[in-house]
Amino acid sequence: MLKTRIIPTLLYRDFGLVKGIGFDAKRAIGSPLQAIKVYELRDVDELVFLDVRASIEGRGPDFALIDDLADECFMPFTAGGGVRTVDDVRGLLRVGADKVSINSALIERPGLVSEAAGQFGSQCIVASIDTRTRADGVTTVWTHAGTVDTGLDPEELAQRVEQEGAGEILLTSADADGTLAGYDLHTLARVSAAVRVPVIASGGAGRPEDFVAALDAGASAVAAAAMFHFTEQTPLEARRHIGAAGYPIRT
Amino acid sequence: MERVAVVDSGLCNVDSVLRALAQCGARPFLAHDAADLKTADRVVLPGVGAFDAAMEQLDHAGLIEALTETVVQEGVPFLGICLGMQLLARRSDEGGTGAGLGWIDGDVVRIEPEPGERVPHIGWNSLDPVRESPLLGGIPAGTDFYFVHSYHLRCDSDSDVIGTTPFGGGVVAAIARPPIYGVQFHPEKSQRHGLALLRNFLAVTA
Repeated sequence: MLKTRIIPTLLYRDFGLVKGIGFDAKRAIGSPLQAIKVYELRDVDELVFLDVRASIEGRGPDFALIDDLADECFMPFTAGGGVRTVDDVRGLLRVGADKVSINSALIERPGLVSEAAGQFGSQCIVASIDTRTRADGVTTVWTHAGTVDTGLDPEELAQRVEQEGAGEILLTSADADGTLAGYDLHTLARVSAAVRVPVIASGGAGRPEDFVAALDAGASAVAAAAMFHFTEQTPLEARRHIGAAGYPIRT
Repeated sequence: MERVAVVDSGLCNVDSVLRALAQCGARPFLAHDAADLKTADRVVLPGVGAFDAAMEQLDHAGLIEALTETVVQEGVPFLGICLGMQLLARRSDEGGTGAGLGWIDGDVVRIEPEPGERVPHIGWNSLDPVRESPLLGGIPAGTDFYFVHSYHLRCDSDSDVIGTTPFGGGVVAAIARPPIYGVQFHPEKSQRHGLALLRNFLAVTA
């Protein structure tokens, strides 16, 4: 049986890992290599590593950095941040990423997803969709680390990128990010129902119960950052909790 | 020390495979062309990428004939990983023409998800051995390995299949027709059991 994945997210900025609230990326939390080694020891299901400032700073991926990290990573590994061309995707796969996450370029570079999926297969293209709920109550897709409102509906964008060949959707609530107050279950349920590819819930997990709620809402996998960085919770305990709720887990 | 040629199809995560093999005590090197294969004790064909794009790359590098000569004629042990296993089939539904290496009697088709399943098949899933093979020696039945794929290999004959995985009504997870071996999952990303499988491959005799 396919097991439910619990995915620690590592956010990278200026030589170190960071974690903030609502995408502000304020607190430095240490070296990415160190974090990967720890997660390696703990048999984590998968990791997501995002270079969060790349698009804002107009940079491409830091291939040398990802190469160094992949050297320590004998577990599945998604890399993202600043991916704008098919060459960026190829470069990341070559240095050891198993999947590549595309965010701002989903909108800015029409055709990138289909071209990359055609070359490398859908299974390694992760569409990373960030959302915020505006003052008018409408939830829209935001890019550039949650700073630019595209006005797009997350459900529609998810369907579009699925059609273009994205193999998975990493759905992050920029509002819930870092709050430890739980996922945006409403958007999660809508997007999960709208596509047939797996959806990874991201942004807001604070307790193992939040994982179960996300899975109940239709997510195939759950991601968390602050919860693993700042609380006593480990992916292993979260796994036990999910298992007790009846979802298949690795033992 | 086993010299393992890791075939560079230009598309995939060759680094992870090189590192995992080195960790298992082998001396892996990247093989770009026919000459590189000549010095190898074993050959690994890793795989991320679309079927047609990968076959084109192999063809372009003159590797299709070279691989067939090295493995099928000379009997050098071979391990195909993920797409690298699928390329052994006659053909694939993925992409246009879809002609494969044709070493294994079978076709590559898209996974038909069962209710509640989503394709691609991404994540850890159990390997159920269906036949004894040195490739799976010492690995407990039901061990989880990491999968990430939308297509799967359908073999004409059950005798080539050594392990299956419960998804989409059952996918072929491991094949053996010595000296040819293949796995649908990624041993290089499957932590200690993945490394155990690679060590098994380094020990198989042709």
